[in-house]
Amino acid sequence: MGSSRSSLRGVPDGQQLLQETGCEPERSGRLGWFCLGLRSEDLEAELSENPIGDRIVGAFFQPGQETVDFPSFVRVLAHFRPTEKNWTRDGVQPEPANSRNRKLKFAFQLYDQDRDGKISRTELLQVLREMLGLQVTEEQLQSIAERAIQEADLDRDDAICFDEFRKSLEKVDIDHKMSVRFLE
Amino acid sequence: MIWGADKVQTFKLTPTTFFFYLLPQIILDTGYSMPNKLFFTNLGAILIHAIIGTCWNAATLGLSLWGCHQGGAMGNIEIGLLQYLLYGSLMAAVDPVAVIAVFEQVHVNEVLFILVFGESLLNDGVTVVLFNVFDAFVSLGGGAIDAKEIVKGIVSFFVVAFGGSLLGTVFGLLISLLSRCTKNIQIIEPGFIFVLGYLAYLTAEMLSLSSILSIVFCGVCCQKYMNSNMDENSIQTVRYAMKVFANGSETIIFVFLGISAIDKTIWVWNTGFILLTLFFILIYRFIGVFILTWFLNRSRLVPISFVEQIIMGYGGLRGAVAYGLAVNLNETKIKEKNLMVCTTLIVVYFTVILQGVTMKPLVQWLNVKRAAIVDLTLVEKVQNKVFEHMLVAIEDISGQIGDNYWRNKWRNFEEKWMSRLLLKPSARKKQDHVFNVFHQLNLQDAMEYVKEGEHRGSLEFIRNESAFVDFKKKFGEDYEEAMPDIMAVMADDQGSAMRRDPVPSVSLEMHEQNMRGLREAEGINSHYLLDQHLYKSRKQHRYRFSRSHLDINQDENEVQEIFQRTMRSRLESFKSGKMGVAPPKTITKHTKREPQPKMPNGRNKPYHSGDEDFEFSEGDSASGYDTSFPMRVGYRAGAGIENPAFMPDLDPSSPLHIPPWLADAGLEVNPVAPSERAQVRTPGHLHRLASLRTSAQPGDTVRDRNLLTPPPPPHRDDDHL
Repeated sequence: MGSSRSSLRGVPDGQQLLQETGCEPERSGRLGWFCLGLRSEDLEAELSENPIGDRIVGAFFQPGQETVDFPSFVRVLAHFRPTEKNWTRDGVQPEPANSRNRKLKFAFQLYDQDRDGKISRTELLQVLREMLGLQVTEEQLQSIAERAIQEADLDRDDAICFDEFRKSLEKVDIDHKMSVRFLE
Repeated sequence: MIWGADKVQTFKLTPTTFFFYLLPQIILDTGYSMPNKLFFTNLGAILIHAIIGTCWNAATLGLSLWGCHQGGAMGNIEIGLLQYLLYGSLMAAVDPVAVIAVFEQVHVNEVLFILVFGESLLNDGVTVVLFNVFDAFVSLGGGAIDAKEIVKGIVSFFVVAFGGSLLGTVFGLLISLLSRCTKNIQIIEPGFIFVLGYLAYLTAEMLSLSSILSIVFCGVCCQKYMNSNMDENSIQTVRYAMKVFANGSETIIFVFLGISAIDKTIWVWNTGFILLTLFFILIYRFIGVFILTWFLNRSRLVPISFVEQIIMGYGGLRGAVAYGLAVNLNETKIKEKNLMVCTTLIVVYFTVILQGVTMKPLVQWLNVKRAAIVDLTLVEKVQNKVFEHMLVAIEDISGQIGDNYWRNKWRNFEEKWMSRLLLKPSARKKQDHVFNVFHQLNLQDAMEYVKEGEHRGSLEFIRNESAFVDFKKKFGEDYEEAMPDIMAVMADDQGSAMRRDPVPSVSLEMHEQNMRGLREAEGINSHYLLDQHLYKSRKQHRYRFSRSHLDINQDENEVQEIFQRTMRSRLESFKSGKMGVAPPKTITKHTKREPQPKMPNGRNKPYHSGDEDFEFSEGDSASGYDTSFPMRVGYRAGAGIENPAFMPDLDPSSPLHIPPWLADAGLEVNPVAPSERAQVRTPGHLHRLASLRTSAQPGDTVRDRNLLTPPPPPHRDDDHL
């Protein structure tokens, strides 16, 4: 994908988008042109080598949609901005896209493909299989998945819901791990 | 004693001793145990601090001292500008030894630590160059310095720094290559790292390159490959030996520093010089850190906070390296060498003692983010991996070439080429991080289990269980002659554990070692009991069918169990994996049934057999006793966490769970001994077996159908025949 200079004018609802995602106009404009009307095949070509590439691609598309338009594209990318430290919560504003919670939610959705709010064992197994597949035998994968669920599953429903997911990652420095530099 | 030392000052910290015998081990240790990923992630910041920061320190210190000298604050000493600069250059460097000594106790967060620490290591390149350059200048005298010399100086920096690092990398790769070939002579593996590490140091020293950089990069490059290639014992040996050497050297260095102070000859006191030096060092360190971090923060993902900057500034400790360099000064050219040495000592004492001691309270007072106590969890590890992939993908999508792109590229390159070259083939297979975490967790469990078991009583209990388990495993693989010899079983098992998760063999090994402490009588006893209770080999079974009594009955069960196992496994391989085994959950007691995990088709037979062992034994007892735990089934290949030898849910209070051999009546109490034993570990109901059994399959024999209804034990003879 190339990128070309563009301004915010070409983008519908530019101001509102800026508000919501906090992306600067020039930067988001730059990304804007080429992703208008992007389809999943275009995205997939780049990510063929990435083990969870197809899931990430899937995360851009709302369920049922065939194309992604610029606002949703930016919205998804906005998750990867570095977290602002001074964000204070007031009930009026919606939570910004790059808060820790939203980042975790995004990550959670990568696992939870059927969007039922829980990561079941099968879903976890699929992700593990994708990421580890070649080197690890099937039984070991099963055990790993089992163990992971055991570790995180607090209410014993044999699946990891978002709260449990968040709790298990509370020591991980999400800021560092899930932010990309250019999106400032 | 001090008077005695004073009189007989035979022992001083000579630079040779320091630089050649005491320092290398410390630096090798730091390089080898360096957190690589963190280091390279922050490499930019570290380099900037190391190079620019050190130059800044040296320049400002030298110039300010000279300025004060001109202003007359120091009285009558003969030091020229160049000498001040030389002095500045040797005082400028933050000392790795001191930093390690202090920061190791304080446990600040890892980013801060790596910044200070990395800087202290990498600034050696700069220090060496600066020192040599100014030394040369001082020798030449003031007049001969022109642009050519300065350019030479700058070029020499690059040569020294990069040459040292390159040399270290070469040695690191060499070590990794060597470790790849030591499959049969593991005993010499630990030696390589020490010998070759030191060789790297000496070679760099010989070529006038930066030796510290050389040995650091040697350690940094080889650690990954060494840790994968070497035997577990060797890894431990290396780790401990390095720590011993490093700590020993560090202590000796500081002791010698202290003793060196007692040398009267070097004591020259110049108030102005000393106090000003101290003052300037502190001030310029802070200023330098603040300025540089301000620059860095503009391009860092997560900025370094103000508090962290203060700690970084405060952590600019000078140490023995500065002292060594000072003693190396040429007396003829530098008349005030003693003054310099003396001041250096005082500065070292000041920074190490005062700043070092107050570091911890300061960290607490300022509420610096501390190092997170890291529990190893699988979820985190998996999630970290997911994050990595995610970031690469996002960068890809957005068309940016960022950090993660390069990191990914490097990782791919490394996997394809370097791993192939430098890792043992067996090590390459086990490369995966998530699996390593899994393995480590299992090992932890195993150790806990052993402790737990010992707590409860003799480990013989465990040994029997594990041997029992081994048998079942063995039966799963091939119905060979079952030997009631535990040791043989264990030995075989360890050999055959390749396909399976290595945990069982590990835990058994520990059991074995613990067992050696027990008395012989127990050994004999257990042999006897095992003989009674363990599965006999198939051959022996064949002749034992009869209607009469318990003893044979037992065998009957065993035979049937074995038979059932075979049948089961055949069935399984036909069916799609719906009737999977319940997932193991030994850690917590569970009575509710677990959903079956999907078992993929075409599972190899031993796996199934491993499952069946437990299922059947539990099934037998299911009706008779109100206990059976579906979880136990977890003993299958690769399910290291479910090694039934682990018994966290053993309930000692339950009367039913009396271990068979403790029961007086031996056999009579347990008509279904194997089942009982299995059941001992497994509270909970199991009715799955009934469902399995009820499925009518074409290949069933009469015997199989007999098991369709789980009969209560007393009536078993009738049913089984």
